[in-house]
Amino acid sequence: MSKPVLSVRGLTVEFPTRRGLLTAVEDITFDIMPGEVLGVVGESGAGKSMTGAAIIGLIDPPGRIARGEIWLGEKRIDNLAPDEMRKIRGRRIGMIFQDPLTSLNPLYRISRQLIETIRTHLPLSESDARKRAVKLLDDVGIPDAARRIDDYPHQFSGGMRQRVVIALALCADPEVVIADEPTTALDVSVQAQIIDVMKEICAERGAAIMLVTHDMGVIAETADRVAVMYAGRLAELGPVASVIKDAKHPYSQGLMGAIPKLGENLDRLVHIPGSMPRLNAIPQGCAFNPRCPKVFDKCRIHRPAASEIEPGRRAACWLYPEVT
Amino acid sequence: MLAFIIRRLAQSVLVMLFVALIAFVVFRYVGDPIASMVGVETRLEDQAIMRDRLGLNDPVIWQFLRFIGNAMQGEFGISYRLQQPVTELILSRLPATLELAFASATIAMVFGLTLGVFTALKPKSFLTGFVMAVSLIGVSLPTFLIGIGLIYIFAVELGWFPSFGRGETVQIGAWRTGLLTESGLRSLVLPAITLSLFQLTLIMRLVRAEMLEVLRTEYIRFARARGLSQRAIHFGHALKNTLVPVITITGLQLGSVIAFAIVTETVFQWPGVGSLFIVSVQVVDVPVMAAYLMFIALVFVLINLIVDILYYVVDPRLRVDAGSGK
Ligand SMILES: Nc1ncnc2c1ncn2[C@@H]1O[C@H](COP(=O)(O)OP(=O)(O)O)[C@@H](O)[C@H]1O
Ligand code: SF4
Ligand SMILES: [Mg+2]
Repeated sequence: MSKPVLSVRGLTVEFPTRRGLLTAVEDITFDIMPGEVLGVVGESGAGKSMTGAAIIGLIDPPGRIARGEIWLGEKRIDNLAPDEMRKIRGRRIGMIFQDPLTSLNPLYRISRQLIETIRTHLPLSESDARKRAVKLLDDVGIPDAARRIDDYPHQFSGGMRQRVVIALALCADPEVVIADEPTTALDVSVQAQIIDVMKEICAERGAAIMLVTHDMGVIAETADRVAVMYAGRLAELGPVASVIKDAKHPYSQGLMGAIPKLGENLDRLVHIPGSMPRLNAIPQGCAFNPRCPKVFDKCRIHRPAASEIEPGRRAACWLYPEVT
Repeated sequence: MLAFIIRRLAQSVLVMLFVALIAFVVFRYVGDPIASMVGVETRLEDQAIMRDRLGLNDPVIWQFLRFIGNAMQGEFGISYRLQQPVTELILSRLPATLELAFASATIAMVFGLTLGVFTALKPKSFLTGFVMAVSLIGVSLPTFLIGIGLIYIFAVELGWFPSFGRGETVQIGAWRTGLLTESGLRSLVLPAITLSLFQLTLIMRLVRAEMLEVLRTEYIRFARARGLSQRAIHFGHALKNTLVPVITITGLQLGSVIAFAIVTETVFQWPGVGSLFIVSVQVVDVPVMAAYLMFIALVFVLINLIVDILYYVVDPRLRVDAGSGK
């Protein structure tokens, strides 16, 4: 079996505030294999974006990685000097943000933004970088790329702009792409196209994807494995088919019981009463215990770790004895 | 682009017409023009004849149109005080004011921009705290106090710079410049600094606020996520976006530098248009006052026009190029 391209071990992100330490992400562990698509789901505030920001080294101060390690292939990247980390961003890890309308600098032609990014990472001449940029735009499905490349962002529709963003994230052939809700801000009619384009272009280049989304339908169609997050922690992780068919964690069971049709929004469809606790009010024991239909005494005192419950599957729940 | 400029030009003309109306009202109804022009001993019949000859008995609208017609030819009548054509008077004072205004504007822009960018990029530096504190004092102190303070320290105590006047000047064609002699340049230092301080702090604070705002945007975040260098992000992406809104305010500030020059010119006895205006107000020299009003309005309108066009050039979103637009 090949080695993971990205390996996150015990990642914990803290925000020191005046009223004490907030733990936005706690003890997250997962691997992404080369070329794999890992879906990440969870309610708003579950820590999905923060996990992505930690991986790419862009946590807003005063937040910081308090514990854990992040490995990119053979290289540990969570403790790199800023300039070394900068060379990895865009080059080995690409990032796609949620809103294509605000992701592009409105004052520069997309040619400039693409060429600048390409030449930051690759030793190409201006004209070679431009050729590469046109090819990329063509690959992400922008018609008449050779001409459109000199347009400004506002001259593209939302869907087209997200294609440009994908091209920008992929322009130095990264090994991993973190896509943080890449279609949430888009019109429903183009969401599926954008996911397809992203998946296809990453597959061609062998890039793995960490796909954060609210859309269980997209996860079902696109991802190989899925990680369910709750209150900054990993609730469950496993192959998509088995998690959907047979969710183990009571929270994922709630989610899967509510799997919507393609394109429907997860937030509206969670059938579990109550809401996710705020960071400063996470209950003792299992963070899910106030909402859990299967809660028992131990859950209110001890916090379960996400441990292996079946080969290839993990869940953070006391209902399942760890297999060793 | 052409339609845009024509529209803006039309607006400018409207503004100028409105100001002309005010100037005309001042010109015609503040004081009695005849009484100001002639001595008390002039006989009433003569006064009546003059009134007629000057067209003061014509319908008001007719007088207003004539006022505009004259104004367009740069014709504002004769100064009551100096018995010289007003236009000539203002033109002879203009170089002094423009040189002062340009020197101040340059100081304000260069330092305002540099300090604004610096304090935004290094919010935790000691220097930032210091600059921000001093700038608070800068905005709150009135110009004349700053001027007097500078005169006291650098002219009276240290004797480095002259405290008043323009120094030696050189006539080049119609332009009398103080920029070519040492004493002229030295005389410019204190008034230029005095006049620039307010705009400097304003521009600095504006640039800083705007830059901090831009640094929080998604496209800067995305630029970081693409691994661009700090330099490219700060000076390539952030600075240009900062400048878009800053251009407007800064442009307007340049207009007000010329207008605010009144106080500085008075404190430093600078022989410019502003001090001419102050003296004219004191003796109710109405034609000069009316002409000054029109002049300042023209400055603002022109600067506004240039700012709008610049805005248009910098920000592609305002350009509506047909074809590829979505
Ligand atoms: N700058 C910050 N300071 C303090 N807490 C933050 C900050 N940014 C995000 N958080 C908190 O971190 C948690 C995780 O947020 P996020 O990763 O954005 O959630 P998701 O992407 O899953 O919706 C949230 O509870 C959020 O309130
Ligand atoms: S540990 Fe207990 S409370 Fe938490 S999910 Fe499992 S059963 Fe529910
Ligand atoms: Mg998020």
